[in-house]
Amino acid sequence: MSIKKLLYKSITGRPLRSFALLFICVLMSGVVFGGAVLSASMKNGMNSLEHRFGADIIVVPKSAKGQVELENMLLQGTPGYFYMDKSVNGALEKINGVEKLSAQYFLVSANSECCSAKVQIIGFDDDTDFSVKPWLSEAYSEKLGLNELIVGSGISAQVGHSLKFYGVECKTVGKLESTGTGIDTAVYASAETVKGLIKAAGSKGISVLSKQSPDDVISSVYIKVQDGYDIDEVTADINLGIDGVQAVRTKSMITATADRLSVFSSSITVLISAVYILSAVIMLIVFTAFVNERKGEFALLRVIGFSRFMLGRQVMSEASVICVVGALIGISAASVIVFPFASLIEKKAALPMLSPDLISVVGYALLAFAAVAVTGPLASAYSAYRLSRIDTGRIFREGDR
Amino acid sequence: MLITAHGISRKYDRTRSSQGSLQVLSETDLTIEGGKIIVIYGRSGSGKSTLLNILAGILSPSSGTVRYDGRDIYSLPDRELSVLRCKEVGYIPQLHSAVGTLSVRENILLPSAVIGNGKENLKSDELIEQLDLKEICNVRANVLSGGELRRLSVARALINSPSVIFADEPTNDLDDDTSQLVLQQLRLAAQNGAAVVIVTHELFARDYADVLLRMQQGSLVREKG
Ligand SMILES: Nc1ncnc2c1ncn2[C@@H]1O[C@H](COP(=O)(O)OP(=O)(O)OP(=O)(O)O)[C@@H](O)[C@H]1O
Ligand SMILES: [Mg+2]
Repeated sequence: MSIKKLLYKSITGRPLRSFALLFICVLMSGVVFGGAVLSASMKNGMNSLEHRFGADIIVVPKSAKGQVELENMLLQGTPGYFYMDKSVNGALEKINGVEKLSAQYFLVSANSECCSAKVQIIGFDDDTDFSVKPWLSEAYSEKLGLNELIVGSGISAQVGHSLKFYGVECKTVGKLESTGTGIDTAVYASAETVKGLIKAAGSKGISVLSKQSPDDVISSVYIKVQDGYDIDEVTADINLGIDGVQAVRTKSMITATADRLSVFSSSITVLISAVYILSAVIMLIVFTAFVNERKGEFALLRVIGFSRFMLGRQVMSEASVICVVGALIGISAASVIVFPFASLIEKKAALPMLSPDLISVVGYALLAFAAVAVTGPLASAYSAYRLSRIDTGRIFREGDR
Repeated sequence: MLITAHGISRKYDRTRSSQGSLQVLSETDLTIEGGKIIVIYGRSGSGKSTLLNILAGILSPSSGTVRYDGRDIYSLPDRELSVLRCKEVGYIPQLHSAVGTLSVRENILLPSAVIGNGKENLKSDELIEQLDLKEICNVRANVLSGGELRRLSVARALINSPSVIFADEPTNDLDDDTSQLVLQQLRLAAQNGAAVVIVTHELFARDYADVLLRMQQGSLVREKG
């Protein structure tokens, strides 16, 4: 007979009680860990969204709805187009703090030649581009030739298929992964391709330009600000210094998506806190109840020579063993569930999700583990402490009654 | 072991039932010597269990001192008092008590889990034999009958060969033959030098007494020895 054996028998001798406690621990650690990973995935997704924009500032023609249109286009996928004189490019180069800049060309497909809805066509300048190429290369790493397209995940065309815009046959050479943004319903092409399509539209009687030649216009300019310059200041400089344009900070554009994300991640935070607090309260009640129920047993241990310290240690060890096992099961179970679940959310809620790296995942696991492995023993220690303050003789009197 | 209790008083608060406080023991003195059996009897509620608990180091007196070989046990730190209880005191509680998840044998060996002397397995076999627990020694304690639990308590109190044994109604729930078995064990312990204090209602148990005391109005009255 040993104290370890007593501990072992106390746990295995009351399977129902131990399982109930274990279940609470599994739930608690699973929710804390799973929730933390999910909400980190959302933050990561948000960062990747910022990364997809790749630019600090986007310059569009100044008009009442320029910015709104751009946002709708890039985030919600509502197709749109607008143009400004290409001299803007030169003017922007002179602004202090502009490190890189690259023009883009927008167009909307005329009718449903290819797709159930109108399609956003985005042309980029292969020589200067820094914002789309880095992630377009996920789908197609070579230089886009004339009338070649990379399509968003929402476009039904497969790689190798052709799409017809304004009578021009274009070839799909790559398809992007889903992002949960307007990018999913857009197609990417070279600047030349888009200019050609604008001309083709004009010859079909659909003129998107009033009198300029497609070679003299651009739709927007993506700007990367040099390190050490304040992005807001550069934005203000552009707005003040160049007529007819509007500079928009990309950060402020993705606020809508960011808001949706923050609703999600704050609901997760609420869920984590609620489950944590609830489990902690349940643990406290359960341990108090169990300690009360076993008063006679603990009084007996005191009589046969357990000190207060030993008794407290015994009660805490019992709780620790269950909590540690529960936390390990909970974390393992959560990892099996949460990673596939993240991609489900990404599809259903159209939110960009990106799993955190291994080190962060391990960090969250440790956090969840600590949350459970500390709370349980603490809850039990409290009841054990209260018990040990009472004269053993008095507990005995209440004994088995 | 010489145990001297001096001026022991004990009050219980009965504030909850608004009856004020109840003085159970008042200025009681008692000396307990090794090798002798003291039997205490008295009316129900007269304070016998209270006195026994105070003597055994599990209930502090309202006033007075309990000394084990001159050491005032209630001024010892909890750890030392616990060691003393484990090594020197055998206690048979009036109410049933056992760890339900352990077998009879494991329950008997429980004190040796705290501080063992290496002889406990032999001793437990002996006690199981003598107290007729052999058939049930591997049965879990939560299914035992009252009499079986009583005998388990006796064996557990004797496992560490303590120098003082407090037995609170050790023959409750037992038939006459089994009662004799238990009392003989206690006598054996006394013969081996232990001090034994038995609280009992049973008349026949008084035959075992070297000293017979009656609890009356919070004090002990010597009837024999
Ligand atoms: N914790 C307590 N609070 C209030 N009253 C108590 C408490 N413990 C004991 N008493 C009272 O003290 C008195 C003495 O109790 P005690 O158990 O010592 O009597 P006893 O002589 O052992 O009785 P019995 O022969 O029935 O076992 C009783 O009236 C009891 O109700
Ligand atoms: Mg009593």
